[in-house]
Amino acid sequence: MKRPLFVPHQTYKQRRLRDAARLLPVLAVFLIGLPMLWGEEGSDQRQTGADAIYLFAVWFGLIVIAAILARRLTKGDVQPPESKR
Amino acid sequence: MPFNLLVFASLAYVTFLFCVAFLVERRAAAGAAGWLRSPVIYTLSLSVYCTAWTFYGAVGYAARSGLEFLTIYLGPTIIFVGWWWVLRKLVRIGRQHRVTSIADLISSRFGKSNLLGVVVTVICVTAATPYIALQLQSVTLSFGVFASATADGWAKPDGDVTSIWVAGGLALFTILFGTRNLDANEQHTGVVTAIAVEAVVKLVALVAVGCFVVWGLADGPRDILARIEASPMAQWEMQPSRWSGLIFLSAAAVLCLPRMFQVLVVENIDERHLATASWAFPLYVLLMSLFVFPIAVVGLEVMPAGANPDLFVLTLPLSQGQGGLAMLAFLGGFSSATSMVIVAAIALATMVSNHIVMPFWLSLRPSRAVAGDVRRLVLLSRRVSILVILALGYAYYRGSGGSAALAAIGLISFVGVAQILPAMLGGIYWRGATKVGAFWGLTLGFAVWAYTLFLPSFGADAVLSAEVMAQGPFGIGLLRPQALFGVAGMDPLIHALFWSMALNTLAFCAGSLLTFPGPVERVQGAAFVNVFEADSGPARSWVAQDGAGAEDLLVVAQRILGDEEALAFFEAQATAQGRAGYLPDPTPSFIDQLERRLAGSVGAATAHAMIAQIVGRATVSVEDLMAVANEAAQILEYSSKLEEQQEELTRTARQLRDANDKLTTLSVQKDAFLRQISHELRTPMTSIRAFSEILTEGDLPGALVTQYGGVIHEETKRLTRLLDDLLDLSVLESGTVQLNLELSNLRAMIDRALASASHTRPERVFTLDRDLPKEDVFLHTDGDRLTQVFINLISNARKYCDAANPELRISVRRKGGRVTVDFIDNGSGIPKDKQALIFEKFARLTDQTKAGGAGLGLAICREVMANLGGTIGYLPGQRGAAFRVTLPLRLAKLPK
Repeated sequence: MKRPLFVPHQTYKQRRLRDAARLLPVLAVFLIGLPMLWGEEGSDQRQTGADAIYLFAVWFGLIVIAAILARRLTKGDVQPPESKR
Repeated sequence: MPFNLLVFASLAYVTFLFCVAFLVERRAAAGAAGWLRSPVIYTLSLSVYCTAWTFYGAVGYAARSGLEFLTIYLGPTIIFVGWWWVLRKLVRIGRQHRVTSIADLISSRFGKSNLLGVVVTVICVTAATPYIALQLQSVTLSFGVFASATADGWAKPDGDVTSIWVAGGLALFTILFGTRNLDANEQHTGVVTAIAVEAVVKLVALVAVGCFVVWGLADGPRDILARIEASPMAQWEMQPSRWSGLIFLSAAAVLCLPRMFQVLVVENIDERHLATASWAFPLYVLLMSLFVFPIAVVGLEVMPAGANPDLFVLTLPLSQGQGGLAMLAFLGGFSSATSMVIVAAIALATMVSNHIVMPFWLSLRPSRAVAGDVRRLVLLSRRVSILVILALGYAYYRGSGGSAALAAIGLISFVGVAQILPAMLGGIYWRGATKVGAFWGLTLGFAVWAYTLFLPSFGADAVLSAEVMAQGPFGIGLLRPQALFGVAGMDPLIHALFWSMALNTLAFCAGSLLTFPGPVERVQGAAFVNVFEADSGPARSWVAQDGAGAEDLLVVAQRILGDEEALAFFEAQATAQGRAGYLPDPTPSFIDQLERRLAGSVGAATAHAMIAQIVGRATVSVEDLMAVANEAAQILEYSSKLEEQQEELTRTARQLRDANDKLTTLSVQKDAFLRQISHELRTPMTSIRAFSEILTEGDLPGALVTQYGGVIHEETKRLTRLLDDLLDLSVLESGTVQLNLELSNLRAMIDRALASASHTRPERVFTLDRDLPKEDVFLHTDGDRLTQVFINLISNARKYCDAANPELRISVRRKGGRVTVDFIDNGSGIPKDKQALIFEKFARLTDQTKAGGAGLGLAICREVMANLGGTIGYLPGQRGAAFRVTLPLRLAKLPK
């Protein structure tokens, strides 16, 4: 079945919201994996405290985004309807 | 602190949990669960992820390996914030198929294969045993901490005695709540709420200790940061392989751990709760790990060298004289341990009972599937399973001596359960995944895990000899447990994770690609992968069998679900079938639903096997599916046949209606004709009677007698002609007419007809349009009869053509062995609705009868033509009245 090229604004936004929900773990993997690339040249010395602050900040940020997305995604409907992918 | 007080506090705490669980079950049973079914409870129950390992072990982990301890929480965080990918699908599948455990999920997905159920159960039990041992160890150690710190003469309690008491107590609690009843969908509201309470206790305890450390012992966050930089933990090096490997591992574990699957999928009562948990659970673990680092740093500074960092959470407050805080921390740790053991034991017992005990029992005595008391058996097998699992944990604890660092055991266990991941993800995203592939992957992964990680973890010479460890079995260097295929220099854990997952996935994919799935597998695969597509429950897997008695099914359902529930289910089904008050018919869809309902209690494979005992077929063959398809095709065919018949009926009805209309019209015409004919007969008769009366009176001059005699003669001639026509018609119709066949020229006949017809309305002058050469055709026919037809047609034209300058066109055409002669005038023609009637006997158009015909002319023409082997018809669309006469050139055989 052919899907329409243009959909109502609301549907469009809902779909992008789902895209965001799907992309969030990708962002999480990127941000959490980032510290692996840090470290000063030629030395294994790390800024452990700074790393910890960075990780907790990222973590908290992810939680906030997830909360906003979860709220929007479940708003209104009883069971989130699924579009065929 | 008196040891007695500690024991008393623990008992009081357990009793409190017991009351919570009990009251909640009571309220839930009364249907007043209310806030108990909120997403908060769901999220808190997920905290079984944070065990005593988290509570005590994370601090030790941080003290040893710096920030690496965070990986254990970051993995689940990624999975939860990405809930739209996997968790949502898992929960939907779990709810739709009433999945009872992760083993049930795998078994159900791959064609309700019990073999896979057994494999997954074995993996889970093997992996969970050290983990349960770990919990027993942590509780025992924490008791030991208090005992050694007492100053009032209480000797340090015997660790073995403590652990056996703890194990026994946990077994009792689990049995009391986990197996009180056989829930329809395997949900334990009471236990879940108790777990949620424990989640709060452990969070409060850890945060309280953390706050005490940060603001009591240290001087706020800034000071803590400074201390971190100064502590040996700052020397920590991030190894990218461990960092990413452990995040992957914990992400896999949160999906595959039996206890996580239990609270995440099985105990889920509303899919929307998952949306809340997607951020609330990461928040919970963030709070749980927020103070781990500060506690570790301060602990390393404050506590004497050599103190076990795994127990800093307890020993730190205790060393500072904070008895109350230490007690709270103790209860937090106790909560972590008990909640993990209870949920894990319930989940594992369900798996053992559904996939090992029940199928074994069923295979021993198949007949008792119907007659036996399954309910009690299932409960009993679960209780025994719980005892066995805790006994295994205890045995492992005693056997291993409780020496290994907590975190190490936990990670080994994680790698074990992660072996389920390929089969699980493959199962819910890839329709091509097969049972054989899953079996290969699971067994190979499990074997590699055991060989490279689990068995070496017992220590050198415990299971694998030091020689095997160093040289490989039989001196094959490539097979060294910790340097498989020459991959040396890797961290042993990451090495095991890498090889087990790689080989597992490889075997899974290869097996799936190389083998062909059975029908049930394919049906289940489609149902799992497409779970979000509208109403894609598992397709029918049962073919109705004769002799599948609803009574037998009811008996089985009662054994498993309980009398009331089974009856309610059957009544609802009967009502849905429109048979309220009776037992439902064992239709495929009914059996399917019943099976799913039973699967909620005993697992898909067992339910399938039990139903199969009654319905009489254990597996659905391709032939069965074909039969179903054939049935559908037959129904389609039947309905199309019906449609055809319906069409035919409609057609016949229309014909009948037409015939009826014609009959009605004819009858009206006939009445009119009878009136007409009596009038026609009466008019000459009246004048004959009148003139003959005058003649009989005599005394009439001769001229008058001659005149009157002439009138009478004319009238009798008219009468005779009329009667001749009628006679002629009846002769023609009966087919007994005598034809005088001869060779005659068509042009001559037309000439004759024109001459004869010129007597009709001789005052009218017609323009004739003829093609004489074409008319020059010799016919072998009855020339007189044919001329009679022509005369009739030409006279009609003369009588009825209403044009001012009347014209008559006569065209002759030869076509094959036939000749057509058309007579076309330029009048107004015959109205469409009358065209069908003009050839009928007695038919005449309106009252346009001034020409005095009896309305028999065309009827006679038709009969003549039929006798001559030809036809006569009206040609519509010629602007005027047009008749076509068709006849054979040579009338070969006289028609009867």
